[in-house]
Amino acid sequence: MNRKIKKASRHTSQNEGLIFEKSSPGKRAFELPPLDVPTVDAAKALGSSHRREGVEGFPEVSEIEVLRHFTRLSTWNFAIDLGMYPLGSCTMKYNPRVNEFVARLDGIATEHPLQPQELSQGCLKILRLLEKCLLEITGMDAITLQPAAGAQGELTGLLLIRAYLEKQGNARKKVLIPDSAHGTNPATAVIAGYQVENIKSESHGQIDVEKLRELVTEEVAALMITNPSTLGIFEERIPEIAEILHAKGALLYMDGANMNALAGVARPGDLGVDVMHLNLHKTFSTPHGGGGPGAGPVAMKKILEPFRPVPILVEKEGGRLVLEPVRPNSIGKVKAFSGNFGVLVRALAYILAYGPGIRQATEDAVLNANYIRKHLEGVYELPYSLPSMHEVVFSDAIQKKNGVNTMDIAKRLIDYGFHPYTTAFPLIVPGALMIEPTESESKEECDLFIDAMRSIAEEAAATPEIVKTAPHTTRVRRLDEVGAARNPILRWDPSRPEKTSAEKKHDVADAKHREPTPVTPTA
Amino acid sequence: MAYPTKYRYTKQHEWADVNGNVATIGITDYAQHELGDVVFAELPKVGAKVESGKSFGTVESVKAVSEIYSPVSGEVTEVNGELQNTPEKINTDPHGAAWLVKIKLANPAELNGLMDAAAYEAFIAEADKGKEASA
Amino acid sequence: MRYLPKSPTEREEMLAAIGAKSIDDLFSSIPGRYRLREALKLPGPFSEAEVIQYFKERATENSFGYTSFLGAGVYNHLRSVVTDAIIQRGEFLTSYTPYQAEISQGTLQAIFEFQTLMCQLTGQQVANASMWDGSTATTEAVLMAERITGRARVLVARSLHPEYREVLKTYAKNSGLRVEEIPYAVDGTLDQRALQSAIKDDVATVVVQSPNFFGAIEPVAVLADVVHASGGLLAVSITEGVSLGLVRPPVEADIVAMEGQSFGLAPSYGGPFVGVLASRDKFVRQMPGRLAGQTIDTEGRRGFVLTLATREQHIRREKATSNICTNQALCALAATVHLTLLGKEGLREMAHQNFSKAQFALAELTKIPGVKRRFAAPFFNEFTIELPRSARIVNHELLKEKIVGPLPLGPSYPELTKNALVCVTETTTRAEIEKLAAAVRRGLDQPLP
Repeated sequence: MNRKIKKASRHTSQNEGLIFEKSSPGKRAFELPPLDVPTVDAAKALGSSHRREGVEGFPEVSEIEVLRHFTRLSTWNFAIDLGMYPLGSCTMKYNPRVNEFVARLDGIATEHPLQPQELSQGCLKILRLLEKCLLEITGMDAITLQPAAGAQGELTGLLLIRAYLEKQGNARKKVLIPDSAHGTNPATAVIAGYQVENIKSESHGQIDVEKLRELVTEEVAALMITNPSTLGIFEERIPEIAEILHAKGALLYMDGANMNALAGVARPGDLGVDVMHLNLHKTFSTPHGGGGPGAGPVAMKKILEPFRPVPILVEKEGGRLVLEPVRPNSIGKVKAFSGNFGVLVRALAYILAYGPGIRQATEDAVLNANYIRKHLEGVYELPYSLPSMHEVVFSDAIQKKNGVNTMDIAKRLIDYGFHPYTTAFPLIVPGALMIEPTESESKEECDLFIDAMRSIAEEAAATPEIVKTAPHTTRVRRLDEVGAARNPILRWDPSRPEKTSAEKKHDVADAKHREPTPVTPTA
Repeated sequence: MAYPTKYRYTKQHEWADVNGNVATIGITDYAQHELGDVVFAELPKVGAKVESGKSFGTVESVKAVSEIYSPVSGEVTEVNGELQNTPEKINTDPHGAAWLVKIKLANPAELNGLMDAAAYEAFIAEADKGKEASA
Repeated sequence: MRYLPKSPTEREEMLAAIGAKSIDDLFSSIPGRYRLREALKLPGPFSEAEVIQYFKERATENSFGYTSFLGAGVYNHLRSVVTDAIIQRGEFLTSYTPYQAEISQGTLQAIFEFQTLMCQLTGQQVANASMWDGSTATTEAVLMAERITGRARVLVARSLHPEYREVLKTYAKNSGLRVEEIPYAVDGTLDQRALQSAIKDDVATVVVQSPNFFGAIEPVAVLADVVHASGGLLAVSITEGVSLGLVRPPVEADIVAMEGQSFGLAPSYGGPFVGVLASRDKFVRQMPGRLAGQTIDTEGRRGFVLTLATREQHIRREKATSNICTNQALCALAATVHLTLLGKEGLREMAHQNFSKAQFALAELTKIPGVKRRFAAPFFNEFTIELPRSARIVNHELLKEKIVGPLPLGPSYPELTKNALVCVTETTTRAEIEKLAAAVRRGLDQPLP
């Protein structure tokens, strides 16, 4: 059976070399207005500090070549604007364009962080309103917008915990982290000066509360929990977990990556969480841009407020806002200036567009995930039976019998016009398929995704080779990651021969117009 | 691949080939298979002291990093320099050309705690069965 | 709601297919007492026009319309509109981290080009795909030096940006690092005698900024010799990347941490910017952050992949070189586009204009009685002047003429209260410089309040 899945087909895209390979002395892409002051002899003024030649190897090309170069490159990418990214815990939702527009306004994009505060009231109001909105959404008491990304938010959160515990007399030694956690959690704990103690999840991927009871001693500073878990399952016993920790003077840190299941429906502050970070580039729609920038604000309960990173935004009489650079108990600065302001602007624009109706986005996200789960149960193995929230995790156990694993299935999904889901994470589910559609997918797109996944399952059973050698319709086939790691080539180097022998062989093949045999899923 | 009967083995999948007072150490075929294509090995320097059961280096594939735990205590007398340029030897010849280090034994009695080839083969057979059960 | 592609009918159909009576059924795993009964108290919902209106109003409450002479880590430079035309393309803006290489070749090749440009600029051999900004890049450089040398003592120039030093302090507190400051000499550069007496074979790295916070260009080659003699590493931090169009790159440094905001990124009240970390090939495995590497596919075509990922948090977890995951990819792309537009000659010309205009500004300002050049070391586009009275008072007068004056140094350097840091770029016109000088003159003539 192969339903008419017409979503994706082959497409002509242009080849394009490196920009350095198009360079030729004398070409210019940008001109400056003429110098309106006397020219200075830099060589004389700078002496041995002078860079006599221009930057060696820097490209010299024209404006159209630059534009074509990057436009062609862009056509080689998949993007949310093209279709679904069912990546678990990434929350790849629509990036509203009005966010881009407002972030670029004169008077917003132009502001210098060190300018007088009386000339920055507009920026400070934006920060203050975003703080208030995020506090309302999380149910917490205080917040910092400074961290540049989720990982930095995690670090800030742990440093807050450390500062608080130090003030109590003992910073403690360990942080408990579930084996289902995102890699940034243990990496961050180490940077914060803590030892990591892994806590194994129980059979449904939830925190093993009895095991936790044993492990929480007065040497434990905190537990880092993700809720819903990285399996997309709500940690029902989280209030109990908080109590166990609090009874021993430890704190509960929540990784807010999965807030897309909670915003407007439940508040981590109500559940007993002491401190958490948010990923604005996930839940709050700021664009991923190929890997960043993001922002990782940290919301906290009152007990941690005194330790917040400086500067602190304070409301004075008459509504005047000031950033206060000094606080006696602050953990200090985690980043220069006040955070990724442009990202914060975009997140606020998103919140303002939804207003109190933000719950609808969460509901649609959970609806989509459960709809997909219902239609793929039985087709892919579901390693647990607890209800899913905004994401669902399957395993490749059924397909493995034919030698087809989750990576293969993910690569084949590309031929159907989707970005792969998250493969091989969380670590506690061997051969995981982690799927999060987000609320931005229509029923039509969800149905096409379901059809594609079903079709691939059939292929895995009947013609596994086609799945194991996927993708077949992309510009490049599977890339040699082993070679890349064994002999790293990390920059263009004119002294290196233009092409390897393997590349030259390919050019000969290309010239004979031999393309790989396409096997597309379209009817 | 056969497991040389002369060698001794650990539960962390290292092997030791003892000659006189020197043990040549490597990782087993089972370990390299788990790792996948090896891209890099981080090894100690000559003269470094190692302790039985403690990590002295790592072997990396594209997707994973494995610690190498020393089966014995002692001092590193030789390091296999070829692995710098051809780490893939660990995949193709893990029991021979891809030896990692040679160690002068500080406490030969430790060897008694290691498995022989038959015991190791039984051990990995159990491990594989366990994996299938949980899959 | 315009961002949600569902009709009420479709929602019902989907619920029916799941076998749920209402959407609340799907939240049954959240105990009832924690499920919100009322909508959150948030402003909105706003139509697109209302969202724009909100931000336009905020925009009028800031500094637009003023002329600024601020630098200090954030610089006003010309930016081509072509850059936005590229980074606003959905395929770049809304794409994910390029873990699935076959459908991310655009992003990966662009990162490879970024890495190359950064090496070319800084004279180093390898650069990563970006860090969060110059301040965290500088901190990561220190942590990297600690890993490489196994030493715990760090010497930091006092003339390193105050905010960068604060960030380093926050991170160092918990990593067992001992950070000590080395003062600046009379000419504004690092006090070499102080460095010589402080440096021993327990120093992991010496961190200097060049041009430094006062604008002074450091003698990197000389400092490198001193540092290397003790077995430590030299880390150079750069806040104004355009300087590399005219100033010799720090090739003797072992690690370079740079802020790339000058390359096509708006000041945007402090972020998002882009951190650059560059070093020697031999240290690559100790480098944090993502790396794009060149390779071939199964049919011999050149392509690019993220590589050496075993250094990173998603594989190495608690033993990772850093916890960084999300970086500043789109900003790095903007910098890449910007620099390819500028090209070799454009960057050189831009740097030269900065340099010439700064010299002109210095000349105009030091014509004013009582205004002196504070530091004798050569500078690029920022320099420190000493005034006969508090810099803050002068700035207060300048504001009346819609000029944001140079940064008073007193708050960060109590011994420099009458000093201010002037920044001039290619965007500053001659007329604006002359207006500044006239306004300063008037400001100094004002009687004391």
